[in-house]
Amino acid sequence: MSWIIDHLWLIPAVPFAASLVILSLSKLRRKSAVVLAITGQVVALAMSVLAFLLTLQTQGFRVIQNFTWFTFGEQTLRLGFVLDPLAVAMLVMISLVGLCIFVFSVGYMAEDKNFTRFFAYMSFFSGAMLGLVIANSLLLLFIFWELVGLASYLLIGFWIERPSAAAAAKKAFITTRIGDMGFFLGMLWLYNRSGTLLFYDGGNGCLESAGLALLGASATFIALLIFCGAVGKSGQFPLHVWLPDAMEGPTPVSALIHAATMVAAGVFLVARVYPLFSLGAINGVTSSLTVVVWIGVTTALMAALIAIAQADIKRILAYSTVSQLGLMMVSLGVGGVAAGIMHLLAHGFFKALLFLGAGSVIHGCHGEQDIRKMGGLRRFMPVTFMTYAVGMMALSGVPIFFSGGWTKEEILHATAHWPPSHVPYYLILVGVVLTALYMTRQIIYVFFGNPRAAAERAHESPRVMTMPLIVLAFGAILLSAVLTPAWPWLHGYLAGEPTYVDVARLIQPMLFVSLALVSAGVGVGFWIYRKAGTQDGGRPAEVDPLEYAQPALFRFLANKMWIDELYARTVISFSWMAARFSDWMDRYFWDGLVRGFGAIGQLFGIFTTSVDEHGINAGVDETTAGARGLGRVMSTAHSGQIQTYLGAIAIGMLALLLLYAWLA
Amino acid sequence: MTPTLQVFLIVSAALFSIGLLAALSRRHAIFILIGIEMMLTAANLNFIAFWRFSPPAQQPVGVMIAIFSIAIAAAEAAVGLAMVIAVYRHYRTTNVDQLDQLKG
Repeated sequence: MSWIIDHLWLIPAVPFAASLVILSLSKLRRKSAVVLAITGQVVALAMSVLAFLLTLQTQGFRVIQNFTWFTFGEQTLRLGFVLDPLAVAMLVMISLVGLCIFVFSVGYMAEDKNFTRFFAYMSFFSGAMLGLVIANSLLLLFIFWELVGLASYLLIGFWIERPSAAAAAKKAFITTRIGDMGFFLGMLWLYNRSGTLLFYDGGNGCLESAGLALLGASATFIALLIFCGAVGKSGQFPLHVWLPDAMEGPTPVSALIHAATMVAAGVFLVARVYPLFSLGAINGVTSSLTVVVWIGVTTALMAALIAIAQADIKRILAYSTVSQLGLMMVSLGVGGVAAGIMHLLAHGFFKALLFLGAGSVIHGCHGEQDIRKMGGLRRFMPVTFMTYAVGMMALSGVPIFFSGGWTKEEILHATAHWPPSHVPYYLILVGVVLTALYMTRQIIYVFFGNPRAAAERAHESPRVMTMPLIVLAFGAILLSAVLTPAWPWLHGYLAGEPTYVDVARLIQPMLFVSLALVSAGVGVGFWIYRKAGTQDGGRPAEVDPLEYAQPALFRFLANKMWIDELYARTVISFSWMAARFSDWMDRYFWDGLVRGFGAIGQLFGIFTTSVDEHGINAGVDETTAGARGLGRVMSTAHSGQIQTYLGAIAIGMLALLLLYAWLA
Repeated sequence: MTPTLQVFLIVSAALFSIGLLAALSRRHAIFILIGIEMMLTAANLNFIAFWRFSPPAQQPVGVMIAIFSIAIAAAEAAVGLAMVIAVYRHYRTTNVDQLDQLKG
């Protein structure tokens, strides 16, 4: 069983291999593609579970596998894989949720002609994500980070004939790239100060005491730079603009990448390099962690507000994801690392469930995505409705049975005891109410009331799509068994502490607070939206109740607080100007210079030609004329007359005789 | 009264000059050949004169040379005449002024 430790690299390698093989298949081999993808995922899941069982043996389990990539001069570049509770929990979640989504996609993408390419890209993403969580080196993690970003780009723009999808893919990649710049700078700085990028290396890793000691005050800046990467990838406040647009991709993509896994990579990164953030903490607070908290809480609240005014079923869930990620960041920032990761794991399950449910709804309504055109679907799509309700309750934080409730409670608990300020705690409370509110709104619009427009011809989805929904719903409920305060097994597992069962801990003040908040949220939501979609008093049917009551506020929220437009006016227009300037420079200035040099060369050529023509050629012509003239003169001696030759001989002989006589 | 050596040499030189003049100034090919023969004769005369007026020797050296020279002259005349005939057959003329194919 322990061979898995020596072969950790197999876990990402198997889905990668499946992806490569699928890419080499023809478009028509759909069944082979599905078999390969799902087999790869199942194998990855089996290995993850094996690894998980291994880690149960000891408390604080951590196994390292480092290897050298190459050496340059005296320095070597080493990479490695690590197996610890954090990594293993993520592995199991990613492979299990991924498997459910793959199965779902078989039904959802059945009519798409690029079916095989879809599974190739999904397998590629799966391999990259699995590799990311077990990476022991910041560089290796960055490599997988970028691969995951590439997979996201390919999958968001999967429907290549749609310009909106291509634009969204480009936006996603560029926005996350901005974050990755910060990540890369932080990585460089870290390597400079501590001399290693390995996390754990027998005491010398950059997250271990010897490595951290080398950092000193720069740890804060390094942590913040690395946090930039997390901000981009997890859609936190300034760089959140790509996530809602990423809904242009197929719904399984939204479920896998933009709900459960890739966006979780940012949160995972903060948890992974937590020792950097918490270096020199006074009472559990450092400046970098404070930044994380404030950005997280801003994101959580902002996204929850925007979600209330959205009309696209997937957009609501996208903003919900952004909001929940903000919540996770807050949790990490206030010191509740285990709580944040637990929420990440639970969120993976129920957000994937919600997205797949939304996919099922879209499939059932023949492609309609506007919730104002749906309604009363609980009669037509009962299984989808039940599982969606489970997901909604988990997300809203209904306690006792649903995992989301317990994890949210833990986060509230941790935030309430944050020394610097109680403001995040109050804002999170507002966020919890808003979450329940917008989810209630969505569920009422989609599943309750009378069927509108697209819902009239709705049908339940096939079993290949509803089975994963049921599996995920069960997962969302059963996960709460290890999350309750009565037996906080998962908390203890992640934090490396022993745990015991104590039912008395079930009754806690926070439990009642959260119960009250959720009920408030659901109640208010029900009261505001109970007549949504139908005529009510002076409000026409298609106008949202909130819009009718507060049109200006609603428009502000529905337009995403005009942040995209702000960016377009400032950053993007600046880039456009720079691009136009560069183009002008290139076209006229540099090109002119090059042409100038070319002209000089041409001048030289002209000069040479004329010298050649009039100087050298003329000289040669004159010389040849002279030679020809001389030849003409000399050829008169060749008269062909014998007597002339004889006469010459006679004269020569006479001259010789005279010479001889004169000499003698 | 035998004439002195100088007389013979003068006669020989005169004969040679006449022969040369004939070879250089006649247009007909055969006349040129006659001129050449005369030059050869003059050379023969020279040999004999020197032999006669030198101390008596064992062998008749001058005579032998003269006889060889006459034989060679005869052979050469034959060849020359043959060439003249060949040229006449080809160019239909014996006028050496018209044989200037090697003019360059």
